[in-house]
Amino acid sequence: MDRIPILKMGEFLLVTIQVDMHDQLALTLQDDLTDRISRTGARGVLIDISSLEVVDSFIGRMLANIAGMARVLDAATVVVGMQPAVAITLVELGLSLPGVRTALNVERGMGLLRGAVQDRVLEVSDDGRAE
Amino acid sequence: MTAERSTRIPEIVRKHEADILADWVLQQEESVSRRRDLISDQELQAQSREFLSLLQSAMQDGGFADVHRGAEWAAVRDMLGGISRTRGIQGFTPSETATFVLSLKPALFSRIRDELGKDAGALFEELRRADELLDRLGLYTTEVYQKNREQVILRQQQDMLELSTPVVKLWDGILALPMIGTLDSARTQVVMETLLQRIVETGAEVAILDITGVPTVDTLTAQHLIKTVTAARLMGAECIISGIRPQIAQTIVHLGVDLGDVITKATLADAFAAALQRRSMGVTRLAAPRA
Repeated sequence: MDRIPILKMGEFLLVTIQVDMHDQLALTLQDDLTDRISRTGARGVLIDISSLEVVDSFIGRMLANIAGMARVLDAATVVVGMQPAVAITLVELGLSLPGVRTALNVERGMGLLRGAVQDRVLEVSDDGRAE
Repeated sequence: MTAERSTRIPEIVRKHEADILADWVLQQEESVSRRRDLISDQELQAQSREFLSLLQSAMQDGGFADVHRGAEWAAVRDMLGGISRTRGIQGFTPSETATFVLSLKPALFSRIRDELGKDAGALFEELRRADELLDRLGLYTTEVYQKNREQVILRQQQDMLELSTPVVKLWDGILALPMIGTLDSARTQVVMETLLQRIVETGAEVAILDITGVPTVDTLTAQHLIKTVTAARLMGAECIISGIRPQIAQTIVHLGVDLGDVITKATLADAFAAALQRRSMGVTRLAAPRA
């Protein structure tokens, strides 16, 4: 069966969607990703959808769901490289993906993830000092 | 078809072509709607002569009924279309344009009367036919005139659509989109597409939507704006809305429009400053030059 590979880069997970998403593939990705996050204790997930040219409401919801699940597992999610047509479609479908960070390309997405994780570490150490 | 064939109009026109032309041109020159400032006598004369000869050959070959479709009438239609177009551009009104054809009536009718004066039945029949024919041709000129106007309007609309949505690069990574005119669905779509495309091309991180030139903001306009902002955010660029006039700020609040967590600024300058700050840049004053 088709699977979307999940790569581990340090404390982040990298998912590159290079094929047309169909519903089963999306569900499998959800399972795999949550599994990997909890197994590796990843701090962030980067999903590259620059090759994704067609989305429907299901895929849109799946992206939002993955972000929500990752947050529960204490990992930040960044979606990068969304095509203009995809962005317009999602907005027209009423899926604005609240709570999902976005970036223009993988490089910036990585920067965003690092920043997000660092902020959290700083917050924790600030709290530690305050006590 | 037999009725068509029995008409003597083509014959009469051929016989009296010169007289009809002279009368007709005179009629046009006298008519109130004649615009000496827009068209010269020579031009008018030439147009009239050409039309009359085309009309005559068309009448010879084709029936009077299929003016709008018949192949025999194609030359007449082309000529009338051309006149209608040029007169439209020269500034004639639709009725002045149609008068070109309609003013042929008196000249033609009096010739028909001269020829058929004795036979009241035939005279009436021929007059009716000629009248109908010229009316059709007159209507055709008006139709073409109208169509041309519509084309002009359509073209201007498209021009406006393209002209009114420029995406400007203000600084490295900062785009601005000064919006002018009413924001409707069609325009928002164009705005959104051009903006997102430019974000991809330039890799911009911040986009400023300036609505100084948008006369009114209602719930629908606000919705369009929010959509644009959300789409840009999905692509990883942040939007700042600027140029909100005091009245518009009041309207937005009165309407209960929730702009959510969209950053809004009063002027484009403020928005630019905010965008620079977001990119960790700033503007400083150079040391004052020595006097």
